[in-house]
Amino acid sequence: MEAQERAALEDKARTIRKMTIDEIGYLGVGHIGGAMSVIDILTVLYYKVMKIDAENPSWEERDKLVVSKGHAGPAVYAVLADKGYFPQSWLHTLNIGGTNLPSHCDMNRTPGIDFTTGSLGQGTSAAMGIALGDRMKDIDAYTYLIIGDGESQEGQVWEAAMFAAHYRLGKMIAFTDFNKMQIDGEVAAVMGIEDIMGKWSGFGWHVQRIDGHDVGQISDAIAAAQQEQERPSMIICDTIKGKGFFPGEGKVGSHSMAFDYARAQEAIAQLEQEGSR
Amino acid sequence: MKALNEYTDMRAVYADTLIELAGEDERVVALDADLIAANGTAEFRRLYPQRMINVGVAEANMVGVAAGLSSRGFIPFASTFGCFATRRAFDQFFLSANYARRQVKLIGTDPGVTAQFNGGTHMPFCDMSLMRVIPDLVVVDAADTVSLYKLLRQVYAHPGCVYMRMHRKGAMTIYEEDQEVTLGKGIVISDGSDVTLIASGMVMVAEAIKAEQLLSAEGISAAVIDMHTIKPLDEELVGTYAKKTRAVVTCENAQRIGGLGSAVSEYLSESCPTRMRRVGVHDEFGEVGTQQYLQERFGLTAEKIVSAAKELIALK
Ligand SMILES: Cc1ncc(C[n+]2csc(CCOP(=O)(O)OP(=O)(O)O)c2C)c(N)n1
Ligand SMILES: [Mg+2]
Repeated sequence: MEAQERAALEDKARTIRKMTIDEIGYLGVGHIGGAMSVIDILTVLYYKVMKIDAENPSWEERDKLVVSKGHAGPAVYAVLADKGYFPQSWLHTLNIGGTNLPSHCDMNRTPGIDFTTGSLGQGTSAAMGIALGDRMKDIDAYTYLIIGDGESQEGQVWEAAMFAAHYRLGKMIAFTDFNKMQIDGEVAAVMGIEDIMGKWSGFGWHVQRIDGHDVGQISDAIAAAQQEQERPSMIICDTIKGKGFFPGEGKVGSHSMAFDYARAQEAIAQLEQEGSR
Repeated sequence: MKALNEYTDMRAVYADTLIELAGEDERVVALDADLIAANGTAEFRRLYPQRMINVGVAEANMVGVAAGLSSRGFIPFASTFGCFATRRAFDQFFLSANYARRQVKLIGTDPGVTAQFNGGTHMPFCDMSLMRVIPDLVVVDAADTVSLYKLLRQVYAHPGCVYMRMHRKGAMTIYEEDQEVTLGKGIVISDGSDVTLIASGMVMVAEAIKAEQLLSAEGISAAVIDMHTIKPLDEELVGTYAKKTRAVVTCENAQRIGGLGSAVSEYLSESCPTRMRRVGVHDEFGEVGTQQYLQERFGLTAEKIVSAAKELIALK
């Protein structure tokens, strides 16, 4: 990736991180850890890769994204607000009664959300149905899917994996946000998912493993996945839970964390400093 | 355990009771699906690391494993959020646990609107309805710390499966420690003659108690019953109070279809037709918000109970 493009994407990711911290901090509590860890993936998808139109969220030919780890909603909302799907002021309504931005992704409330998620595992099958449906309708679009590493313990993930390979869903490109943590601790301690590459390739998927915070690697991996015509693709992204939210970065406790608005602003200032280094 | 009225979280009563039971009976084991931190059973895990089985985010597997453990003589308590306990693992609970006549105690936390910011995907409105249709299953929703403790001990001793709804955060103590609490028998919190309020669970028993006070201020005498066991229903008590007051309002932090209100009306319509109102969620999905917002939004308030009671009295 050209240095200039990298810098622009990194800058954008930092903006999205700041918006996400502000959004959750305004409410005072939320799933900051799993939101922060997917932001580089979201940034590459939304600002480089995906064929989408903020003016027309239900455009049939668009690429679709299912964020199956639906608790990362606040990160997606920051992107969608930045892209103009809805006013940025909505971000301060997160989880307030009557909001269009509920903690977990909801396709009926939020413009730009392609599928409703929150019960882990379910987004995987839905994404396969979307990919299959687009193919049946001769729509030339990719379906992207983001799952958690803890989420990968759900049996449904593997039913969907088997399905995608059997139906040769070559336009399915999935990411595992491998931040090594879930609610009760480290994934390896709770219910290990390794050999994760072996599992996906055993299920018939094209598999890559990258640094999920390196926009260049994310971008290259997507390009390689797009070369695959027959097999669905899984990109295992090594990430850090809470990445960029310093009070919670790398901590299991960042999964759902209470922090007030002043603390959020401090964290944002810290992130800004890092950017100017 | 400390004095039950000192608990500030219902989940702590659950955890301490489980620890007590595990100390008395080595067959008691606990399972969870990556919500030990949320459900407050970390101390159990510390004391009994071999007897706390974390299956990861895999509720269906958890219930199936619990059923297998029960076959080997263990008494498994399996917990997760109520939505996933009942919806995600329904077939496993129905067949491997109940149809196979095992002894799985399924604990569903964050009942109804208490799921708050977790929103519609996590808000169990239909757990009671789903569980009630499973043959012979005992279905429980305790409202206070004393009854939770006493019911848990009976749930443990019950020779079959149980579904128990459980509040995680916050606690309420209504009863003295010597209160008699029996699985399958409602508790009369206050006697009354004009209308009977039958409630279950912490949120709605609290609202019913409030409603009784509001009604009393207007000269209306309301009986309040804590119907902690929804199945089997205490038909005798329901019948007695229906005859006595000729007006029954049920109060539940759940869908009105299939839950407490349904159970009471099914019984009364066949055995003692009585005018009723069912305060509960009207065939809707949950959504995000504070508990207070959600109680207003779905009509789970003392004011709603009061107006339902007055409607019935006006019809007499
Ligand atoms: C079916 C289901 N079970 C349980 C939960 C509760 N829950 C929410 S997030 C989470 C942990 C998920 O871990 P992971 O997928 O690693 O998420 P991340 O680390 O990316 O936040 C759990 C158990 C849920 N949302 N859905
Ligand atoms: Mg994780």
